[in-house]
Amino acid sequence: MLRYTLLRILGAIPTLLLVIALAFLMVHAAPGGPFDAERRLPPEVEANIAAKYHLDEPLPKQFARYLGGLLQGDLGPSYRYRDRTVSELIGSAFPNSLRIGALAILFALLVGISSGTYAALRQGTLTDRFVMGLSMTGISIPVFVIAPVLVLLFAVKLQWLPAGWTSTESVSRYVLPVITLALPQIAYIARLTRASMIDVLGRDFVRTARAQGLGTLRVVRVHALKPALLPVLSYMGPAIAGIITGSVVVEEIFGISGVGQQFVRGALNRDYTLVLGVVVFYATLIVAFNLIVDILYAVIDPRVRYR
Amino acid sequence: MKTVKVTGSILLAIAVAAIAGPWLSPNDYVTTNFNAILSNPSIDGARWFGTDDLGRDLFVRTMLGIRVTLAVAIVASIVSLVIGVTYGAIAGYVGGRVDAVMMRFVDTLYALPFIFFVILLMVVFERNFLLIFVAIGAINWLDMARIVRGQTLSLREREFVEAARLTGVSTARIVFRHIAPNLIGIVVVYITLTIPQAILFESFLSFLGLGVQEPQTSLGTLVDAGVGHMERASWTLLIPASLLAVILLCFNFMGDGLRDYFDARHGQ
Amino acid sequence: MSLLDVTGLTIRYGNNTVVDGVNLFVERGESVGLVGESGSGKSQSAMAILGLLSAGAEVSGSIEFDGRQVLGADERWLDTLRARRIGIVFQDPMQALNPYLRVGIQLRQVLLAHGLADARSADARVTEMLARVGLPDPQRQFRAYPHELSGGMRQRVMIASALIAEPDLLIADEPTTALDVTVQAQILDLLEDIRDNTALLLITHDLGIVAGHCEHMIVLEKGRVAEAGPTTSVFASPRHEHTQTLLSAALRVDRGAAPEPVDGRTLLAVDEASVRYRERGGAALEAVNDVSFALRQGETVAVVGESGSGKSSLVRAVLGLVPMASGKVVYAGEPLEGPVQHRARAQRRDLQLVFQDPASALNPQMRVQTIVEEPLLVHERGMPSNERLGRVTAILAKVGLSDAFLRRFPHELSGGQAQRVAIARALVLEPRVLVCDEAVAALDGSVRKQVLELLRNVQDETGLSIIFISHDLAVVRSISHRVLVMYAGRLVEAASNEQIFSTPLHPYTKALIDSVPVPDPVVAPKAAPVRGETPSLLNPPPGCVFHPRCPRVDDTCSVERPRLRDSGGTRVACHYPLDN
Repeated sequence: MLRYTLLRILGAIPTLLLVIALAFLMVHAAPGGPFDAERRLPPEVEANIAAKYHLDEPLPKQFARYLGGLLQGDLGPSYRYRDRTVSELIGSAFPNSLRIGALAILFALLVGISSGTYAALRQGTLTDRFVMGLSMTGISIPVFVIAPVLVLLFAVKLQWLPAGWTSTESVSRYVLPVITLALPQIAYIARLTRASMIDVLGRDFVRTARAQGLGTLRVVRVHALKPALLPVLSYMGPAIAGIITGSVVVEEIFGISGVGQQFVRGALNRDYTLVLGVVVFYATLIVAFNLIVDILYAVIDPRVRYR
Repeated sequence: MKTVKVTGSILLAIAVAAIAGPWLSPNDYVTTNFNAILSNPSIDGARWFGTDDLGRDLFVRTMLGIRVTLAVAIVASIVSLVIGVTYGAIAGYVGGRVDAVMMRFVDTLYALPFIFFVILLMVVFERNFLLIFVAIGAINWLDMARIVRGQTLSLREREFVEAARLTGVSTARIVFRHIAPNLIGIVVVYITLTIPQAILFESFLSFLGLGVQEPQTSLGTLVDAGVGHMERASWTLLIPASLLAVILLCFNFMGDGLRDYFDARHGQ
Repeated sequence: MSLLDVTGLTIRYGNNTVVDGVNLFVERGESVGLVGESGSGKSQSAMAILGLLSAGAEVSGSIEFDGRQVLGADERWLDTLRARRIGIVFQDPMQALNPYLRVGIQLRQVLLAHGLADARSADARVTEMLARVGLPDPQRQFRAYPHELSGGMRQRVMIASALIAEPDLLIADEPTTALDVTVQAQILDLLEDIRDNTALLLITHDLGIVAGHCEHMIVLEKGRVAEAGPTTSVFASPRHEHTQTLLSAALRVDRGAAPEPVDGRTLLAVDEASVRYRERGGAALEAVNDVSFALRQGETVAVVGESGSGKSSLVRAVLGLVPMASGKVVYAGEPLEGPVQHRARAQRRDLQLVFQDPASALNPQMRVQTIVEEPLLVHERGMPSNERLGRVTAILAKVGLSDAFLRRFPHELSGGQAQRVAIARALVLEPRVLVCDEAVAALDGSVRKQVLELLRNVQDETGLSIIFISHDLAVVRSISHRVLVMYAGRLVEAASNEQIFSTPLHPYTKALIDSVPVPDPVVAPKAAPVRGETPSLLNPPPGCVFHPRCPRVDDTCSVERPRLRDSGGTRVACHYPLDN
């Protein structure tokens, strides 16, 4: 198990390096420098700026410098907000994103798994079809459609909830962003759980357990739940990626000052270091999360450890 | 098969409307009319879907948006089909070390926050129509490659392939006559499931203002514009949003229906 | 009152009636065999007794257990019946045990669910039960996952789980079909020893098992009872036509005329062939180790062995489907080397293969005509299409299939028909050597008999040489001229059919023969001749590979590897061969 964990961690490092290198290269392959977008600068000013941001050095050296900074948690200075570093910008925005994202994931797991299991146990009934139809709708409607529709309904028409990110620390401001972010994930997790639960319930070892008179509840709890949730566990990596992507939209629509919003602003403002920093930050997050999922998978499925 | 027929018909109807619609309307998609800003849908002046904040006809713009959305989806799916099937089939058929390396690469790519890369790409290389197509296709090929590789690998181990090898059937014939026909089902299913992903992604980019540029439009761009006016003119949001949802829903249900159909046939 | 009283049991799925008016009784403590070929409805009947049929099944008739009606009973009462009153053992323990749970936990759940033990005493009961079914070191095995156990040990765990709640009736559904024959003998012994007064309903396709272990038997045919009665009288004087067919198709390992030896010239000679596979992590696995044999014109040589014996790898290497690590093959005076795709066209044409599972051996997307004509397209490029069609119909006729089959897809064929198509494909090029890899293992007894006859006829007509790989010694006895016995990748004995079955020299050969159940209730079943199971090829035992299981083992055996040597026409690798 320890060996497996170490191997996985070692395996994640090249992935991470590749991501960083790719993002770095893309940013530096941008036609023209980051500062020549709006106005012509005198050459000596340009040279000064280039020197300040080390843009005059050869690319490999810049990359090495970037990696060195990264190891110390330094993502470099922002091109746009001259007096702030990218790390500061992300650091100040991340708590908001984290809170909404984590709540959305928890909510999605809770509702998704329970409704999926419920539908699987009632396979073929009207309830099952209703739950599945609903979740298919959930998968098919993009976040940026759900969000404004929810706002239109609950904030504008019914006026139950605030439409935006109110400055007061109230719980109600979380409701719409979290639900919006969670809905597609709920739908996906419910479908995944249902399909895999039906598959597991059809396996021979479940037939054995039923033949031993364990009763539906015990069969599901002891025998079926663990294997049925393995696909859901595997999906956690993509789910996190989905939540992060969704957060870009949700933060934009609800006006939440989070990392996603910064990313979009950075992208539109050509703040390359900020954009690069966010990509690297999120990539690290996703890689780390995938790593945890892999290890958890091995804990649950004893056969994996031996491969 | 019923689901497939129903959803297929709806999609066909939408596609036909998107192609023929603009010709039926007396309006076009660029002419602004500042006397009719955000006007309600009405029969007068054939403003079937009303107008936007520049007084442009929303019906024609919506139909145009559908065209762009469908075009992106189709091109992106073809890109992902070509890359994914080729890559997956090679990895699966060659097997061994080659397969291990190729799949390790796919695993690595899986860990990337692709959306961010595409956004980065859009920012760095300006907004380019073709680039959107290719970028979206380039993301979606991963699933296809995995599926095709798994299927090919299991087909390659099947005894009828071994029998063909033993008799001296050429590799080309084995691939095209023995393996490919057994892959079609699963590829068709995954293509129908890839299309909505591509659509979703294109509209996501357009929504962020990083996709299709004015005066061209797509459903995502229209939804984005609609969000800005939803309090005054909810139809500007609801019409493109519901059309987008219907299209996505139809593709998803179609994929599901096809999967059930092929699963049932496989079970025989 | 019978313990189990089933009358007029009928099970339908839509328009498909799989069980049709079955009557069946089991008295307390007795053993009843439920026999039938695939699709006869035997497993469905068992599932109905436990109330475990899938939701789509329509059931009618009556199933009374100990005086109470099972059909339509509520699920809670059925749960008190399952395991507590009726235990069940399924065919494949790898599938039937939960791979995600330690085996001890799975057994413990049975006790807890039925309130037979509290959380503290349960573990001791489970360990005791594991010891009773013969698991070495039960304390440790309690914590094992199913995949960490061997096939035989897994089935012992399955039996433990079926008997731990001390039921009145044990249903065993093909309990040994997934196991090797020497392990099958051990498991059958265990079932006899352990069940005490528990009644046994044994479901099987193997008449040998019924003859040796059941007092009464019921023969099913397509969902109906063909015949029922005491085992001895059914065997002695079968009244129903179907029973007669089954009995006449049942092959015996203990008697039968050996085919006349063939005196042709040597067609194929294999010299010291070895096959190695590289496992993940770099460990080498010796699947085949220095095996030599020759095949004469018109002769059938059987290669016999249990799982992991290397018999399939050996012939695959000869055919060039897997690489040979060392050794050489000479065919008709020419060396046969390299992977199959690099071999001369004529050589590829002359050596053909028939697989075990016809469902997998035929491309599901091709029609029978395309499947059979494909070899001609490769080897007879210039042949006009009408001549090709003529060849295809002729070969199909030879294997007993009419023109009507040309347009069919594989899924429209029965198992026997599909195997005939596979044989037709192999024969259409008129090869000189046909390799049959467990070619009749997946077939029902009556169909198996026809396919064996077909092979024999083709051989008589064309002088075909056959390499016949099989784990089934009764089949081998009926078809082969000479027999090679393999164990853990090594050839342990090679002799004529006559010699192998009348005077086996290697203890393993004898054990293999003695393990096969004989379809004759007059012959008392022998106790399992050897313990243990086939060793791992990754880490084979030193000295003689068979020594850990051998009844004649001695100090030399664990140190020195016996060489293959001649002894009166038999080649045997043993320090202390049997002298009979």
